[in-house]
Amino acid sequence: MKKYFKNIYSWIDERVELEEVVKFMGKKYVPVHSHTIWYYFGGVSLFLFIIQVFTGILLLLYYKAGEELAFESIQFIMSKVQFGWLIRSIHSWAANLFILALFIHMFSVYFEKSYRKPREITWLTGMLMLFIAFAFGFSGYLLPWNELAFFATKVGTDIAGVVPFIGDSIMIFLRGGEDVTGATLTRFFGFHVAILPGIFTLILAIHLLLVQRQGMSEPMGYENTKIAERKTMPFFPNFILRDLLLWLIVLNVLAILAVFFPWELGRKADAFASAPAGIQPEWYFLFMFQTLKYIPPQILFIDGEVFGIMMFAVAGGVWMMVPFWDRKSSRGEANRLVNYIGLFAILYIIVFTIIGWLV
Amino acid sequence: MSKKQSQTNSIAKTKRDFLKYIFGGGIIALISSVLYPIFSYLKPPKQREVEVKNVKVGKLSEIENDSGQIIRFGNKPVIVVRTSSGDVRAFAATCTHLDCTVQFKKELGVIWCACHNGKYDLNGRNISGPPPKPLDEFRVIIKNEEVFVSKKI
Repeated sequence: MKKYFKNIYSWIDERVELEEVVKFMGKKYVPVHSHTIWYYFGGVSLFLFIIQVFTGILLLLYYKAGEELAFESIQFIMSKVQFGWLIRSIHSWAANLFILALFIHMFSVYFEKSYRKPREITWLTGMLMLFIAFAFGFSGYLLPWNELAFFATKVGTDIAGVVPFIGDSIMIFLRGGEDVTGATLTRFFGFHVAILPGIFTLILAIHLLLVQRQGMSEPMGYENTKIAERKTMPFFPNFILRDLLLWLIVLNVLAILAVFFPWELGRKADAFASAPAGIQPEWYFLFMFQTLKYIPPQILFIDGEVFGIMMFAVAGGVWMMVPFWDRKSSRGEANRLVNYIGLFAILYIIVFTIIGWLV
Repeated sequence: MSKKQSQTNSIAKTKRDFLKYIFGGGIIALISSVLYPIFSYLKPPKQREVEVKNVKVGKLSEIENDSGQIIRFGNKPVIVVRTSSGDVRAFAATCTHLDCTVQFKKELGVIWCACHNGKYDLNGRNISGPPPKPLDEFRVIIKNEEVFVSKKI
């Protein structure tokens, strides 16, 4: 048996020179230090993305996009299809854990300042993937065509309409018309299952390629530790095996969540019903949603909502550009300001999310 | 000799320029002839809305005092409220803040939007929360005890 595998291996090796890939993997080492744990969250995010692709494809086999079909087809998946409830619940839960893992990954990279030279592009591609993940969440949320999703989409696309000059065109493009209708559902379905996965996969490939090419980032000041004291572990198999163990744990957490807290479907969307009391967006939009509630209708000369959205857009832009304004970290100097901004961002998100949850 | 050479050079140059413009222009034409249909395709076609003049809500006696309901006005929701004193009023039910559909809140005697806690009084004026503008008012006509709603002219 072993001989056959060896033959197959050498047959491929002869043609594509696998030897070099194996050599490369064997040479890759992961630094071991007190912050090593943060290396794992990129992998966890990747795992959750893979789960989304798989469960998403499975859901595609039964899901029907359309005003009169979408809600009913999810009902069918949840009640008639064997393990349909499991697949759909895992897809919904994994979506949320995915965003959570991305947040943890992003903040750890931010506080470790791993975005510093030469990893600026890695950071940028990562931030792009976070934004696409939000777009995934937002577009996927509408697909069951329930009441909450309907109004969340109304509000979300109306916010896009606030952008000066081109806002209206964006809103009409997103909605497929003036209002949120079946046309919006068709579009969001297209975004969710074709356009976004395509773009995401491409950026992910660049992101991973860069991580492989540049190796793991080391903590600030690591070059001051004596070489004899620097510990490493081989990427293959030591790190990979630890990664896989964590993936297994995440899979179990997902299964527990999906089984004990199956995702609700709610009531079917009705364009002629009032928005239900207690309506809320997904938790990762909650801090922005809550902020919008507190902004008065007018600030100076502009609409409150325009002001709020512009503020978030500016803050997001500044955050994304951190490798370019934080020059100190690239020179190996400590930059307290970056830490304070990061702490403020975390506190703001946590406090406003909790307020949003309670109110 | 040198004159002739420079002449051929300048001819070659104009020739090259000519080809450059043809080629560059061709590429621009190609790109725009690909992009134009795509962008046009992405823009949803305007669908003709059915012109609605007025909508019957129901019998006046069947609408309770101090109540509100959403009715269909063409493809837009309209909220019809009856105040505690028996007045019937109608407003566009689309919140002027971010497009949610409002509802009558009996305990507070206001029109309320659940999305961002916007409140309007029973004249449709935005009184608290984020809404920037009042709700559009509709005309209420009562004829032979029947209530109709129509666009304000």
